Order: sequence, then C-alpha cells, then structure tokens
Amino acid sequence: MISESVVDLSRLQFAMTAMYHFLFVPLTLGLAFLLAIMESVYVMTGKQVYKDMTQFWGKLFGINFALGVTTGLTMEFQFGTNWAYYSHYVGDIFGAPLAIEGLMAFFLESTFIGLFFFGWDRLSRVQHLAVTWLVALGSNLSALWILIANGWMQNPVGSEFNFETMRMELVDFGALLFNPVAQVKFVHTVSAGYVTGAVFVLAISSFYMLKKRDLGFARRSFAIAAVFGLASTLSVIILGDESGYEIGDVQKVKLAAIEAEWETHPAPAGFTLFGLPNQQEQRTDYAVKIPYALGLIATRSLDEEVKGIKQLVAEHELRIRNGMLAYQRLQTLRSGDKSPQAIAAFNEVKQDLGYGLLLKRYTDNVVDASDEQIRLASLDTIPDVFSLFWTFRAMVLAGFLMLLLFGLASWASIKRNAENRPWLLKFALFSLPLPWIAAQTGWYVAEHGRQPWSIAELLPTHLSASTLAAGDIWGSLVALVAFYTLLLVVEMFLMIRFARLGPSSLHTGRYHFELEAAAANHMRRLRDAVAVPKAAKDAPTEPTAV
Amino acid sequence: MFDYEVLKLIWWVLIGVLLIGFALTDGFDMGAMALMPFVGKTDNERRVAINTIAPHWDGNQVWFITAGGALFAAWPMVYAVAFSGLYWAMLLVLFALFCRPVGFDYRSKVEDPRWRSAWDWALFVGGAVPALVFGVAFGNLFLGLPFQLDELMRSSYHGSFFELLNPFALLCGIVSLSMLCAHGGAWLMMRTEGALGERSRLATRLCALIFLIGFVGAGLWLAFGIQGFNQLSVTDPGAALNPLLDKQVMQNNAGWLGNYSRYPSTQIAPIAGIIGALIALLGVRRNSGGVSFLGTSLMIVGSICTAGFALFPFVFPSSLDPASSLTLWDAVSSYKTLGIMFVVVCIFVPLILCYTLWSYIRMWGRLNDQTIEANPHGLY
Repeated sequence: MISESVVDLSRLQFAMTAMYHFLFVPLTLGLAFLLAIMESVYVMTGKQVYKDMTQFWGKLFGINFALGVTTGLTMEFQFGTNWAYYSHYVGDIFGAPLAIEGLMAFFLESTFIGLFFFGWDRLSRVQHLAVTWLVALGSNLSALWILIANGWMQNPVGSEFNFETMRMELVDFGALLFNPVAQVKFVHTVSAGYVTGAVFVLAISSFYMLKKRDLGFARRSFAIAAVFGLASTLSVIILGDESGYEIGDVQKVKLAAIEAEWETHPAPAGFTLFGLPNQQEQRTDYAVKIPYALGLIATRSLDEEVKGIKQLVAEHELRIRNGMLAYQRLQTLRSGDKSPQAIAAFNEVKQDLGYGLLLKRYTDNVVDASDEQIRLASLDTIPDVFSLFWTFRAMVLAGFLMLLLFGLASWASIKRNAENRPWLLKFALFSLPLPWIAAQTGWYVAEHGRQPWSIAELLPTHLSASTLAAGDIWGSLVALVAFYTLLLVVEMFLMIRFARLGPSSLHTGRYHFELEAAAANHMRRLRDAVAVPKAAKDAPTEPTAV
Repeated sequence: MFDYEVLKLIWWVLIGVLLIGFALTDGFDMGAMALMPFVGKTDNERRVAINTIAPHWDGNQVWFITAGGALFAAWPMVYAVAFSGLYWAMLLVLFALFCRPVGFDYRSKVEDPRWRSAWDWALFVGGAVPALVFGVAFGNLFLGLPFQLDELMRSSYHGSFFELLNPFALLCGIVSLSMLCAHGGAWLMMRTEGALGERSRLATRLCALIFLIGFVGAGLWLAFGIQGFNQLSVTDPGAALNPLLDKQVMQNNAGWLGNYSRYPSTQIAPIAGIIGALIALLGVRRNSGGVSFLGTSLMIVGSICTAGFALFPFVFPSSLDPASSLTLWDAVSSYKTLGIMFVVVCIFVPLILCYTLWSYIRMWGRLNDQTIEANPHGLY
C-alpha cells in the first residue's frame, strides 16, 4: 500500500504544476487567435498600425508563451515520474492522445512560432499570415487532444480491462474522440482561452487610453478585443460544460457536489445561490435557493431530476460490494484458472472492479473489507463539497462580470467613444485577473470534483501514484515551486515592463515614448540653435565628466 | 494490416526514429548552447549563436516531447517504470530544459550585462545537462536498473540517483555530451562566420575527437567488462504479454554483443558512428560546416543504433530481477493502440518533415554582427 502522504504530495505537486501551467495556456490560446485576426486585417487593409499591433501583442505573447512551454514540459513527463501506476494502467488509451497532440499540434505550433517571430522579412505577407493562423490552429489542436485525454479521465469510454496485462485497453478509438464530455470541455476551455486573450488586450489598451497615449493603436486593439471577447464569453457561458455533467456517474457526483444537493429533489431542482455546505452532517446551512434554476442549468429541461449525494453514496456502496466480488474473481484468473466460466464470472462484475479498488485505501486484500471500511469507502466517493460549491460560484461570477465588461466595451466601440468613458476603462483594467480566477477555479471544480478517482470509476487516485519516498516528492515539490515562482516573477517583470512601454517597444519611431523623445530632442536642438552664443560662453564653466 | 508481432517491431523502430529525430534536431541546438558561452566572447557573438537556432529550437524540442508521448502511448510500461525509477535524473533534465524557452525569449529583452550573462549560463545548462544525462541513462541501461514489478504490475525502484553516476555510465554521458556538442559546433560552423565560426570549428574538432575516443572506449569496456542479458525462452511474441509472463533471462551475453554476431549486418551501426566522427573531422580540416554537420549527424544515427541493436529485444533491463526486464515484446500497448498510432505517425511525420524543412529553408543563411545590429530589438 502506498502511504497517504505520498499520494497527497503527488496530488499537490500535480495540482501545483498544472495550475501554474494554466496561467499561461489560456492567454496563448486567446492571443494566438487575436494575433491572427489583427494580422488578417493588416493583410487586407495594408495599414501599418495593424502590423504594429500584431508585432507588439506578439511580443507580449512571446513572453507568456515561453513560460507556457517551460511549464508544459513537466506535464508531459509527470505522469511517468509521479503517476507510474496510472501510466501503466491506462497508458494504452491515455497515451495516444498525448502522442497525437505532439505529432499533430505541438510540431505545428512550435515550428511556425519561430517563423512568426523571425520570418517577417523572410516571408511574403500572405505566407506570414498563414504562419500566424497555423500557430493559432496548432495551439487549439493541442487543447483538443489534451482535453480528449482529460475528458476520458472524467468519462472513460471505449475501453476495457484486460486481466492478462492488468490494465485498461482501447477498444473503440472513435468513442474516445467523440466522447461528449471531451467535446464540451474542449469548447468550454478554448473559449475561456479566447476570453483570457481578449481581457488581456482590452485591459492593457484601456491603460493606454487612460494615459491618453497611442490612442489610434489602443482604440483599434480595444475594439477587436471587445467584439472577440463578447463572442467568446457568450460561447463559454452558453456552451459551458455544465451540459457535460449529465454524462457519466462521476460527473453526476460532481454536479451534486457543486450544488450541494444532498437529497434528490423532484425536477426541476432549485439552485442554491448561497450556503455553507456541511459534509459531516450532509446538509447546507443558511441556504438561499432559486427555485427551478438548477434543473434548468444542469439538465436543460424541466422534467429530469438531479441526483442527490445521499442517493449516490448508497448506490456506490452497492457497487463497492460488487467490486469486491470482481477483485476476488480477478484473483482467481490471475492465479491461473482461465476457464471460460472464470472469465465469464469476472466479466459479469468487472465494471465495478474500480469500486472494489477504492477499498485498497483501507485493506490491501480488498475481499476481506469490513462493513465499516465499505461505508468509509462509499463516503470517499464524494469529493469535498464546500470547496467545490464555492469555487464553482467564483468561476460563474467571474464569467458574468466579464460578460458585462465585454457587452459595455463592444457598445462603446460601436459608439466610438470608449476613451471618453474612464469608468469603463478602469473597469476593463481592473478586470485583468478575472479570466485567470475563472480558469483556476474552473479546473479545481473539474479535477477536484473527479476525486477520489484518477480515472472515473476505474482507478482510484490513491492507487495511481508512483512508488516513491515522501522525501523525494517533498524535494521535487519544493524545487518546482521555488523555480516556477522565480520564473513567474521574471515573467511578470518583463510583461509589466513591455506593457507599460507599449508599442514604443517596437522601436518604429511612431509611438508615444519615441515621439516624446524625438520632440524633446527637437526642442533642445531649437533652443541650442537660438542660444548658441550663450551656450558657447557658458560651456567652460559646466562641470565636465571625468 | 500487420500482425501484432510485426507491429511491436515497427514500434521499436519508430521509437528509435523519434529518438534519432530528437538527437539530430534538438541535439544541435543543445550542443550549440552548451558551446555558446565559450565560442561567443562578445554579446553580439553570443546573440549570433543564439539567433541561428532562434526560429527552430522550439520545433526541435517537440521531437523530445513527442518521443515522451510516443513512449507513453506505445510502451506505457517503459514510460512508467523508467521515469518513476529515474526520478531525480528525469527532474534534473526537466529543470535544465526549463531554462531554455525562457532563456531564449528573455535574454535579450533587457540590456543589463549581468542579466544577459545569467541567461547565457542558463542556456548552457539547458544544453549541456540533458545531453549528459541522456548518455548516463543509456549507459545504465547496459548495466541494468534495480527495479522490480509486483503481481499487480506496480514497479518499485531500489536504487538512488547517485548510483547512476558509475564510471561506465559517466563515460557514456561524456560520449553523448561530446556528440551533441560536436553536432552543435558543426551547426555554428555552417551558420556563422568570423571569429565565432573559427572557435566553433576548433570546438567541433575537440568534441569529435573526444567522441571518437569515448565511443570506441565504451565499446571496448562493454565487450570486456560487462555482462549483457539474454532472453532464453521466447514466449510467443505475437501474444498479449506482460513482463512477468514466464520469461527466462540469463546474464550470459558478453558485452551485449550477441546480436552483432547473430545479425552481422547490424555491425554497420558502430562503423557508421566511427566514420561519422572521421567525416566530421574532415569537415573541420576543410573548414566546411556542411561536411562536418553531415558527419556529426551520421555519428548520432550510428551511436543510437549501436545502443539499440545491442540491447534488442530489451528496452529497460532490470538488474534486480532480470525476468522483470522490459522488452519490446512485453512492455507494449495493445494491438489496437499500436495500429492506430502507427497510422497517425505515417500521416504526420512526413508532413512534419515537409514544413520543418520549409522553415529551415526560409531562415537559412549565415548570421554575423551586422545581422544583430540591423535588428537589435526584433531578434533574440
């Protein structure tokens, strides 16, 4: 049995590295598309300012992208280093989308990103535009494949357990690709990325407008970001992945936990706007409910019911008992009795093998679990309700605030008077953290909500970890946190520096700080020309540098 | 399409192809960065060296990432056992690689010489450390690694990081480091000029010589000092196996050289490694970066094949329990997954080669100080 501390530390390390990684990914997804749009406008209109926009936002994109790549490296290898049993148990299915992501998406994105930055003078306009679109396409394809992998963890379709190799194996690749959970997750996640890119451009453009500088540049950036952001936010909210919560048992658990639905209510269920979920007592204190809303949001219907936690736990207890049977019959098979009867007997109950494995946390032998251990294991099937309830609400609140922001910003862009609305510009500037809050809380909901499973209903998290010493993971965790944080500080330093500098950082001579410097130079020259005799006379008395 | 046995063999070849692709492409940018602080004396020279690989390092690095992904998909057991067992070696490589993306992008964004010098050394670490560790890891494969599997196929590793640093493995580390440095040096010979090009030439000569001596030395050590594994009973290689399924492994294969006498055509691999080094040296003498680069490329293909052929059919031998050793027959994915992934590779690898080649052609040409001075804010 792996010690609890090794499992907890491995989880902490994975959560930490994944959340760091996802500080950079959504901005890459969104900015890549915005860059492609800006450059398209440049190629179509031939106006230099759109090229400058592509290059300047591209510079900030590059600063962000570097850390996205850095933190992404860990993700590709961490399943092997820290989740070895997981890798063995589901690598046959889970590895494929990761490898395809490399072949189809990473190569595309990474090869063309080099040409995006350094190919301006080497490629024709249309070629360079194609390169930029391919970068955007590559980053989106990579999101597709990783979410197919992640969707499978939430709702593992198209696979079967093979007792000879002791692992899950792929039986239906199409089911893996078209897993409905993966599809809604993909749309939800990339749209959230577009929103992030849009808020980023909108907020920084607002900053320039508040400072009354580079107005032409800022206004155009603002307008593109506002409209793109509005469409994307609507996509995130309307095509939100709530619809994915109907599919699969673990998704149902997640939904019940998000809503702190302890009991199964007749449809349509009410939505708890506020409350303090109490998992010990299985009730929600101080609940404020909106009638019917949950049923509508969760099932998009008036007559489907949302299952409550108590009912789910009771169902899971039965499945755990069934899983003990499955484990026992698996042992028979593995001890060498591969008669058709033994195989048939195992196949009858093998869909509950994962539930049986939940007992491994309490007893190595599984089949000898006591009633009390079974009860504990069935309670384990519900993740922490309080934190899910509140992170979900934080995400939704951030989402609606951004919808409001983009609505107002689009309206102002149409009216062409955004720069005269300082309150709107300030709202945009201070909204900068919102997409990150939404993304981080969203992933918390998705992944903590999956617990206690690493693969829903198949493989418990506590079995998935590598056989490592806690000290090793402590060491790597501390090192990763320290190094990532250092890099994040450096990244923020550069990001703020270049964002403040604005398009002047391109050194085209056309923007604020360079114009200012040029004007000051010009003034000085004029003054010097007028004051030549005086300057000449005063010259000797001026202090000279040694 | 193919039967399971052939597909397993194909995937052994494909993993090799991905590893070679990684070493050929990412190899020269790692090598170039490992040499950069030494061959580049001025800031401009260092920037020239960095900008020869600026448009390509990221695409090159994907060979590494994809090799990792392909290992996960095709040999999940190897991915699991190797990465968890070699935990600190893997982390060391990761931390070194962390330095690259940020090093490239951030280095020249601030003028301060201390800032730039710090990133130069970060890029050095990002190039040299992985090149060294990969060799050390390969060296340890020949010695076997102390892991075993329990009946649920859970692996446990009973060694430490420092035990990996034994003399033979360190020699292999030097071989791979000098190999990639020679490759990077040849790249810089092709893409730069002046003092920087000249210093790169000298570095290439030194590294190719070290490689040649080290490669031959490691071969002799292997032949006379190390017992390789031999799989006696071959269970049906076309069946769904797991590494513990009645497999008999003996330690009686002197120097892992059994395959070379059994299949004499495989001897071409070590010969290619040696000839490659000689061609690289010839290029140095003639001051032709192109010839040297060809030579170092041959060196890389030859030496990776040398290791692969020697180990066949083993891919991750266990010193603790030789019967737990992972082979290309019993540590692989299911027939279906291997088949699908083979189709994916057949579609995408040619496509990748095409657009990668296009990007190199577009960005080709020698860089010098004037290149940097003409565009100080747009380049790395």
